[in-house]
Amino acid sequence: MPDDTMTTSRKASALAAFKDMPREPGVPKPDPILVVDKVVRRFGGLTAVDVDHVEIQRGSITALIGPNGAGKTTFFNQLTGFDTADAGAWTFNGRAMNGVPAHKVARNGMVRTFQLTKALSRLTVLENMRLGAQKQKGESFWRAMIPAFWRGQEDEITERAEELLVRFKLDAKREDFAGSLSGGQRKLLEMARALMVEPELVMLDEPMAGVNPALTQSLLGHVKDLREQGMTVLFVEHDMDMVRDISDWVIVMAQGTVIAEGPPSTIMSDERVIDAYLGAHHDAPLSDTELESQLHEAEAALEAEIEEETQK
Amino acid sequence: MDWLTIITTTVHAAIGWESVVYGLAAIGVNIHFGYTGLLNFGQAAFMAVAGYGLAVAVTVMNLPFWMGIVIGLAAAAILALLLGIPTLQLRADYLAIVTIAAAEIVRLVFRSVYFKDIFGGSDGRRGFTGDFYAMNPFPPGHYGIGPFGFDERVIWFLAVGWSVVLLSCLVVYLLMKSPWGRVLKAIREDEDAVRALGKNVFSYKMQSLMLGGIIGCLAGFFYGLYNGAVQPDIFGTEMTFFAYTIVILGGAARVFGPVVGAMIFWVLFVFVGNTLAELVRNGFIPFMTTTQVGPIRYALVGLGFILLLVIRPQGIFGDKREIAINAR
Ligand SMILES: Nc1ncnc2c1ncn2[C@@H]1O[C@H](COP(=O)(O)OP(=O)(O)OP(=O)(O)O)[C@@H](O)[C@H]1O
Ligand SMILES: [Mg+2]
Repeated sequence: MPDDTMTTSRKASALAAFKDMPREPGVPKPDPILVVDKVVRRFGGLTAVDVDHVEIQRGSITALIGPNGAGKTTFFNQLTGFDTADAGAWTFNGRAMNGVPAHKVARNGMVRTFQLTKALSRLTVLENMRLGAQKQKGESFWRAMIPAFWRGQEDEITERAEELLVRFKLDAKREDFAGSLSGGQRKLLEMARALMVEPELVMLDEPMAGVNPALTQSLLGHVKDLREQGMTVLFVEHDMDMVRDISDWVIVMAQGTVIAEGPPSTIMSDERVIDAYLGAHHDAPLSDTELESQLHEAEAALEAEIEEETQK
Repeated sequence: MDWLTIITTTVHAAIGWESVVYGLAAIGVNIHFGYTGLLNFGQAAFMAVAGYGLAVAVTVMNLPFWMGIVIGLAAAAILALLLGIPTLQLRADYLAIVTIAAAEIVRLVFRSVYFKDIFGGSDGRRGFTGDFYAMNPFPPGHYGIGPFGFDERVIWFLAVGWSVVLLSCLVVYLLMKSPWGRVLKAIREDEDAVRALGKNVFSYKMQSLMLGGIIGCLAGFFYGLYNGAVQPDIFGTEMTFFAYTIVILGGAARVFGPVVGAMIFWVLFVFVGNTLAELVRNGFIPFMTTTQVGPIRYALVGLGFILLLVIRPQGIFGDKREIAINAR
């Protein structure tokens, strides 16, 4: 886990970028890696996503929060090419990305994980990791048949995979089938595998759901570490403690739209956010402690639910 | 009881032309289904277009043997494209439906009266194997030990056939332990995860369909070469399902699974059939007539497979750990 003196530089610059930034949804960022405009996705009569404008600051850790069904996962699916938006445009590193198929999005350096973990069950943990590496010579049909073409590269890939596995405490499982891992271990594997792609932007959909608290701490360390290595992180999370701990900026979605943005320390006291989480008709001003306890209750309920999901 | 005949026919079945033909068809299915998770139920169509490609090229177009082989291979590749382009982007079950329908269409076109001048209708085509047997280096005679053995014509066929089977196994072995094979296996597990890691899933599925189809089409050539003829009804859905049975029997996603599966399949088939026939002929089973042996044989062999899969659900070569994972 990186210690605080090391994290200060990047963290400080990330925080400096967000200092005095207006709290309005869609607020422009000084150096955006991802710019999204008017993305709409409807399922029949339901508008799951209707994001007018949002920007993600390069080199920062941005949290995307919102109640269940807010459209966070659907939004991720649009951006990463796993679903086709009804309308809208977005650029990654200045390059237009709408309509780009999922595998090309990943190749461009924008890699996501899934809320419902996708471990490749009947491949070993190590094979799962190796698969993530890009530009593999042995992945072309003709060269695949002659190991001399790819053996050297495979060794490099394996070395990198093993380093990551050690970091994610999965090295003891390297030869096991991924399908034999526990739910939390699969989350770790999926995140480590995504890092094998060497992405610029990592999009994590509830990376901590179902991971035990001790491991969460080390995972948080890994996520902070990504920023230190120059990556940008966008993650969906329901656990507000975690959001407060690692994010530099928070974007709040509700009913498909971005309703607020702000720093993690104050976002939960924003009127619009409270409305979104608790309903607009809650009894007038809650004290901070009351709000906290209500949110914690809601969180606990959610976690229990997620736990249940991942147990399945 | 003529045990000698039963034993020799059984041994011959293990290494005979059936094992070559069905082994190759099953190697193709193993690439599709075992490694990539593609449900291609039209393997018989790949065999048919190859067999007919060769037969029509030689008998109707008067082309040399090797051109016939090239045309057969090309036909299989084109069939893979035609089946794959519309279906591989869709959910897995669409490929199953389309391939089973396409295989029937192919068979019906070959047996149609309209194309009788080309494909020969329900009689099919014969008389295209001359060049193949003209290449036979084995002088006339009997090759084998004691009662086991083949004449020079069959031994030439088997030498070429088993060489091609082993070569196909080598290709599968090399590919499946490479990063290319890793992508295929990953697609079988979860194609979205593979997309998220920057791999062009459609392209890999197409490559898999084509490779398995082309290896399967070799089975079509060998069927035609051994029997000296191709007929449309040989290439029915039964052929495809035998190939699937063989793959599962041998163990899916195992290099030699289809080959050993094919041998066991035919050994059981011939042994049960001949033993039953002998028993009936010698009056040991008084309530059965020899004409009933055929259907009963199918039932008994089916029963045998059920028992085998109850005892070893992973197949002969399969890994028990994998089955355990599926149950999670
Ligand atoms: N394929 C689909 N077909 C129909 N409706 C869908 C589909 N996918 C999502 N939805 C709907 O879109 C809305 C947003 O769903 P989404 O999964 O994006 O929510 P989320 O913010 O990720 O929620 P959670 O925090 O529970 O994961 C929900 O109302 C959901 O029912
Ligand atoms: Mg979600």
